Amino acid sequence: MDRIKDRIKMSEEINHPFRINVPEEALVDLRRRIAATRWPTKETVTDQSQGVQLAMMQELVRYWATDYDWRKVEAKLNALPQFITEIDGLDIHFIHVRSKHENAMPLIVTHGWPGSIIEQLKIIGPLADPTAFGGRAEDAFDVVIPSMPGYGFSGKPTTTGWDPARIARAWVVLMKRLGYTRFVAQGGDWGAVITDVMATQAPPELLGIHTNMPGIVPPDVSKAIASGSPAPSGLSDEERRTYEKVQHFVATGAYYAYEMATRPQTLYGIADSPVGLAAWLIDHGDGDAQPAAAITAAVRRPTRGQPQDQLTRDDVLDNITLYWLTDTAISSSRLYWENKFPFFDAKNVSIPVAVSVFPGELYQAPRSWAERAYPKLIHYNKVEKGGHFAAWEQPQLFSEEVRAAFRSLR
Amino acid sequence: MKHHWTLVALLIGGTIAMTQPQTEARAQNVTGGKPATQAKTDAGPDAIRPFRVHFPDEALTDIKRRIAATRWPEREIVADQSQGVQLATVQKLARYWATDYDWRKVEARLNALPQFVTNIDGVDIHFIHVRSKEKNALPIIVTHGWPGSIIEQLKIIDPLTNPTAYGGSAADAFDVVIPSLPGYGFSGKPTATGWDPIRIARAWVVLMDRLGYKRYVAQGGDWGNAVTEQMALLQPPGLIGIHTNMPATVPADIDKAAFTGVAPSGLSAEEKHAFDQLVFFYKHGLGYAQEMMNRPQTIYGISDSPVGMAAWMIDHDARSYALIARVFDGQREGLTRDDILDNATLYWLTNTTISSARLYWESKLAFFAPKQVAIPVAVTAFPDELYQAPRSWTERAYPKLIYYSKVDKGGHFAAWEQPQLFSEEVRAAFRSLR
Repeated sequence: MDRIKDRIKMSEEINHPFRINVPEEALVDLRRRIAATRWPTKETVTDQSQGVQLAMMQELVRYWATDYDWRKVEAKLNALPQFITEIDGLDIHFIHVRSKHENAMPLIVTHGWPGSIIEQLKIIGPLADPTAFGGRAEDAFDVVIPSMPGYGFSGKPTTTGWDPARIARAWVVLMKRLGYTRFVAQGGDWGAVITDVMATQAPPELLGIHTNMPGIVPPDVSKAIASGSPAPSGLSDEERRTYEKVQHFVATGAYYAYEMATRPQTLYGIADSPVGLAAWLIDHGDGDAQPAAAITAAVRRPTRGQPQDQLTRDDVLDNITLYWLTDTAISSSRLYWENKFPFFDAKNVSIPVAVSVFPGELYQAPRSWAERAYPKLIHYNKVEKGGHFAAWEQPQLFSEEVRAAFRSLR
Repeated sequence: MKHHWTLVALLIGGTIAMTQPQTEARAQNVTGGKPATQAKTDAGPDAIRPFRVHFPDEALTDIKRRIAATRWPEREIVADQSQGVQLATVQKLARYWATDYDWRKVEARLNALPQFVTNIDGVDIHFIHVRSKEKNALPIIVTHGWPGSIIEQLKIIDPLTNPTAYGGSAADAFDVVIPSLPGYGFSGKPTATGWDPIRIARAWVVLMDRLGYKRYVAQGGDWGNAVTEQMALLQPPGLIGIHTNMPATVPADIDKAAFTGVAPSGLSAEEKHAFDQLVFFYKHGLGYAQEMMNRPQTIYGISDSPVGMAAWMIDHDARSYALIARVFDGQREGLTRDDILDNATLYWLTNTTISSARLYWESKLAFFAPKQVAIPVAVTAFPDELYQAPRSWTERAYPKLIYYSKVDKGGHFAAWEQPQLFSEEVRAAFRSLR
């Protein structure tokens, strides 16, 4: 199959506006492949302890192959200003929505794996146009949402070196190219790592960052986790809980990541099989379960009749279908292979940092560790709902957090 | 974050499309050189039913069609295998698989062997059973591993049962039993949990008993080693000794050090070499095993995609992968393209990629940790195994070590790669127990 991206209509205008128009045959092909799925036998347990359950996959896939409509999210994306620009030899795709409000603060928001720009679609309105979502004009943002290299509509690196540090540098180039001389950055998952690393690079234009997956684990605790040792003594109850959650994730929930970090190219099955891809993407955990409790709930939630904020099976399939149509299962995995940064460790960030702690995230950053990791902690808030995919799950609450996070930097 | 994970443990019927493989058990009267007089062949619950393999043409057409329709990712972005199975290698494999490869050849080879199915502990166990024409042949049960199958052992059947035709002596003959692990090949797929190596070991004891063998030995590598060691720990009266080509000998402190990569002081040159092999395997080669140990059901891609399955299987360890990659580059050594694809096609046609992966989930045993085996043990240390067990560790791990041999060629799939050498080792291993 030809690369979808090669066929995407791209105008010759100077700022390279970008529109998506997946050929109908790619959608027909996807449905045909789904219908031809060869299924394994059912798991031999009655819960999720062996992986994504057969019944859940079959229920989701039945909808995917029949009533699911990619054209809806395609239209949603094409209603947004999207662009491509080449940075460091690679095409970078991004959504760029300028606020109508004066003095809007430029913000670059970075997604993670198994996410994409689809994760951030619901926060664009609340951030760029806060007055329409119960916010104030002075909290407005100009929003930039790039697709990471190897992800979505960005180019796929053909040589090594695109690690979070290089991506962070590219993001600074992007913001400057857009004319922003003062901006902030936000991220979770890989987006958090990239944003943290950007902060350690401390370009003068970057005023501060907000993270929903803060890198806060102190070195001694990190060492204990890595060696499977008991928690260091002297931890508070809250710190001990965080230690246990990170330990649990590392010991039981991260092996997909270990495979991608060591042998990403071996995963031909997720490039060739839509169902194989879907299960692999769905099996990312959160603080409550693996697959993430929020995703399991969404997969079972028909879209019709739900509030727009609610995460539903269409959202989950929009993201999976984006990976499928752009054929980025393997290219996205390579980021794990490239990366040398510890995900959860403190990284010597010295610029202003704002942290939101979501109760369903893989772990909850204690204030004590957040203060140690981020000496210039300008915002720390534990919120009541939301998990690993916070912007996707709780766009309103997430947007309020981002507004509060950066208020002191305006 | 690849440097930051705790690696505490070493390892880690829904709706079927129209191509559901159909294996047919058909009556057959050939049971090898001698009549199986002792064996139970009645129709009771312990019945031993003859078995033949036959997949319908449409299943073979379907797999070729799927291979031809493969959606490929772009090429890896390195010039070596450091990101996994290389695109060019797997494309060569796929091209041959979809065109000239002929499953019927191995099907005929299998059907030329006496095969049976018998229900043990609620699961149908498939096995090959070839009796030697020699008197006083020693019964042996040989267990395969993952990503292997009975295909791994086909080339050793003749050298073991009929040694005089292969430069051996009649006194070294074996009656050979080669079962398919539960969830593998033509054995049944467990539908409930509990089929770990210990339960499999118990089933093998039942099998040998059911075949009428009162005095026998056992052999294995990979999972076959785990099962064989567990049989030894059960100490059934009939089991007089075992031979392993993937011995579990690594002292606990050294195993722990191997995860950190820092060598303990005082290792001999031989021990240091084994240590370095372990470090490499733990660092680069464990992802597939850990995923199968934790989330076997999530790997739908290897159930739905022949190429996805094949790539997952040939990436077992660096040396095996290098060997297999060379085979598809036209260098004949050890294995052939047909060997690789016979095994892969068996997995595909029996739809056992996920059911086989569940053994990793079931097992709580550390692969390389000594298990205090008290009965006689024979060890062959192959140079390209995941690690080549030094004699020092081996003597500590197996107090009744009756045989230790370091050979100069062969790797993880020793019986498959070097059947002649392997057979000589098995003969030598058990000579003192006859």
